[in-house]
Amino acid sequence: MNHSKCRVCRQPAIIDLPRHNANFCAEHLLQLCRRQVEKAIDDFEMLSKTDRILVAVSGGKDSLAVWDILLELGYQADGLYIGLGIGEYSDVSGAFAQAFADERGLTLRTIDLRHEYGYDVPTAAQVTKRVPCSACGLSKRHLFDKAALDGGYDVVVTGHNLDDEAAVLFGNALRWDVEFLARQAPVLPARGGFPKKVKPLVRLTEREMAAWCIVRGIDYQVEECPMAHGNKHLVYKEALSSIERQSPGSKAAFYLNFVERMGPILAGYTHADGGELSECTSCGAPTTSEVCAFCRLQDRVSGHPSVPVEFVLGKSARKAYLAVQAATAGETA
Amino acid sequence: MIVRLRQPRREITVDGGKTVNQLLEQLDLNRESHLVIRNGTLVPGDGRLDDSDTIEIRPVISGG
Repeated sequence: MNHSKCRVCRQPAIIDLPRHNANFCAEHLLQLCRRQVEKAIDDFEMLSKTDRILVAVSGGKDSLAVWDILLELGYQADGLYIGLGIGEYSDVSGAFAQAFADERGLTLRTIDLRHEYGYDVPTAAQVTKRVPCSACGLSKRHLFDKAALDGGYDVVVTGHNLDDEAAVLFGNALRWDVEFLARQAPVLPARGGFPKKVKPLVRLTEREMAAWCIVRGIDYQVEECPMAHGNKHLVYKEALSSIERQSPGSKAAFYLNFVERMGPILAGYTHADGGELSECTSCGAPTTSEVCAFCRLQDRVSGHPSVPVEFVLGKSARKAYLAVQAATAGETA
Repeated sequence: MIVRLRQPRREITVDGGKTVNQLLEQLDLNRESHLVIRNGTLVPGDGRLDDSDTIEIRPVISGG
């Protein structure tokens, strides 16, 4: 038994949202999420109903939820999944993305990094001796941009939520990295061969997005990427969640007030420091160098024998990864 | 009650007769970062949990 009632209909609540100082039943939680997405789309002029939309789909809760919400709101959206080759984690993530699309008769495009470009994320991390998230992010950005332009899409949608954006803002502010701060907007307009990119979930938290998926019966990849274990992004999220617990609404105020009040001030900096774009001599993508960063990465790591995930993890990440493997093996035994 | 945890998957047994918020506090888990599910349905912070329940505590924070 629980005593809390939905703020809207007074029926038993299924979730408490301290930042709204309210509880919600399933129906009105979904309504709240839809309205927050509509508000973000309207406030930041993200999308129109005639746009051809490409959703960057990972198989996690956020990308599947944003795809689901956009379809509910009447937008036309296809998905793109990139197989990053992060062992079983990628296999399971891809299966969730494909199942979501199949059950709804949606178009999901897929790219396999190893098959089509000759490398995977663990191998790139090993060869470049850089953190895995670096090669992963670079590869995803390039391939989503390319797929959007090649496929004639008007806009790329990503599932970045309020927690993601607040954590990135926190990290950028800790370093006062003005160039990155200036780029941190819910909408990146199309520019010099880059497609427009938008983040419709910036007004919703990770907890709300997980709740959306559970209420809607969407199965998603719950386990964490083994290569993200202990990364700074997670550390910032934990810090912000501790503040949020003591002071509900802090994350939303931190990020949304930044966008409203600092965005206009920093916008000029972006143009002044944007750099001249030209075409990559190898692939034609826009770049400030002769050869774009993706082609340089591919040239360096393509064809290298595949490196198992556990070979490129730090000590604590490897311990966590092996614990997950052991738990999974126990379930299937 | 049986409590299923994720990242990594494991199961523990905890005495019932407490609320979701009390359980999360006992396990030192931030309620901002977790949801509690019973029989496929979310349970709010003041939802009562019994000895006979099997629940899942699902983390919602991802680092990608």
